[in-house]
Amino acid sequence: MHRLILIPCLLAVAVSAGSALAQKKGRPSPQAVDKLVEDGFKTAAPDWKVRLVQDETQKACTASRNEPAEAGAAAIRRREKATIKYPEDGNLLGDWKKGEALAQSGYGWRYTDYPPRQANGGNCYACHQLDKKELSYGTLGPSLAEYGKIRKFAEPAVKFVYEHIYNPQASQPCGNMPRFGTSGFLTMDQIKDIVAYVMSPDSPVNK
Amino acid sequence: MSLKPILATLLVALLAAVVSLPARAQDDATTERELERYRQMLKDDPWSNPGLLDADKGEALWKEKRGPKSASLEGCDLGKGPGVVDGAFAELPRYFKDTDRVMDAETRIVWCMETLQGFPRAEILKRPVSKANQQGTELEALATFVASKSRGAKFNAPVAHAKEREALALGEAAFYRRQGPMDFSCATCHGDAGRRIRLQPLPYFAKPEEAKKVVGEWPAYRVSQGTVMTMQHRLADCFWQMRLPLVDYASDLTVALTSYLVSQAKGGEITAPSIKR
Repeated sequence: MHRLILIPCLLAVAVSAGSALAQKKGRPSPQAVDKLVEDGFKTAAPDWKVRLVQDETQKACTASRNEPAEAGAAAIRRREKATIKYPEDGNLLGDWKKGEALAQSGYGWRYTDYPPRQANGGNCYACHQLDKKELSYGTLGPSLAEYGKIRKFAEPAVKFVYEHIYNPQASQPCGNMPRFGTSGFLTMDQIKDIVAYVMSPDSPVNK
Repeated sequence: MSLKPILATLLVALLAAVVSLPARAQDDATTERELERYRQMLKDDPWSNPGLLDADKGEALWKEKRGPKSASLEGCDLGKGPGVVDGAFAELPRYFKDTDRVMDAETRIVWCMETLQGFPRAEILKRPVSKANQQGTELEALATFVASKSRGAKFNAPVAHAKEREALALGEAAFYRRQGPMDFSCATCHGDAGRRIRLQPLPYFAKPEEAKKVVGEWPAYRVSQGTVMTMQHRLADCFWQMRLPLVDYASDLTVALTSYLVSQAKGGEITAPSIKR
């Protein structure tokens, strides 16, 4: 957990000069880039074109090339944190076995995925190591092998993992990971299942 | 057509069977080994490359009188003058006065088919690229032919005209633009050295040494697809994975991104058609 939090803090300190939205010299205006992108998808259906429009966080991260200045980072944290919803009963741990299947699946929301033939997947293995027996893992994100065990399965760590899957921008502004809960890509129950896969003592991730 | 590419195709079919297994580590490792073995064979005998079948097909299409105007593409100006194909790919994308646009090889081929041969644009773009296990398209064959005529040359696209500079700057900016339900930009996957998705290594395009190694490989014969995949198609595949809509073939966006990639790969050797997973 330390590594996850420390990196953005260091970045925020290191890149404190200039507003996050200030346009770097010599770079095209955001409007020019928006137009280029818009024009690149002229044949797309209107309900798909909305995906090309950036929200505030995407704009800030694009403008700063993922290194937002302190104030910008704080604004992102505040805004994104407010989007996180929690289960009414407060239980953040679902079924790790379902979580494992979700960690393996990259299905969902590509234009070839309609009409949906299965549930969306979290695709955790695309970027993270989890169960050490699964050798086909990516390295875009940190290794999560024994993540729960290392943190003694502590409750604050469970909460952090839930929030980090739901909306990683709340703790790591302009990080690479998708906002799985806020975007609606994964359901609350699915997120709980993945939390269990990472945090449950029975999960192979912690063996 | 010589026998060697046919034998190669059979071999590749075997490889394809290996590749299409579920993407688990064991299989990935086996696939990677088989691909490596195959790449070594290609080095020993470059003529066994199945992508060259597409280049041959493209050359025949290039020379054939076709379309409403019954003309060949031999008068097509790819930037080095009408009819000059040798080395042209190495200097694309570039600005063309006749269209007042920066165009890459594929965009220019479409334009030549429109203007020289009289094909309606809509017809040309009906199926620009093939899906897995479909027969390759004419545009794929033509692009592979054009690229193959720069094999061994080094990327040296001009950045003199204002529109070339603009395309390059826009392409770079688009590379870093985050969008879509996953918040992805190109840089999400290609913004750091030594990273991979599952076991697939990801080139870091801000680093010229890495760009030089991979950009010149496209169009490439993709074993898992059984056809050649062009750069336009490769970019469309990235957008697909980013959960964006199907990007328009030969759009200013895909051309600008190509301008950026080719600029990062400046001096890198063109090895197309290469062979890819």
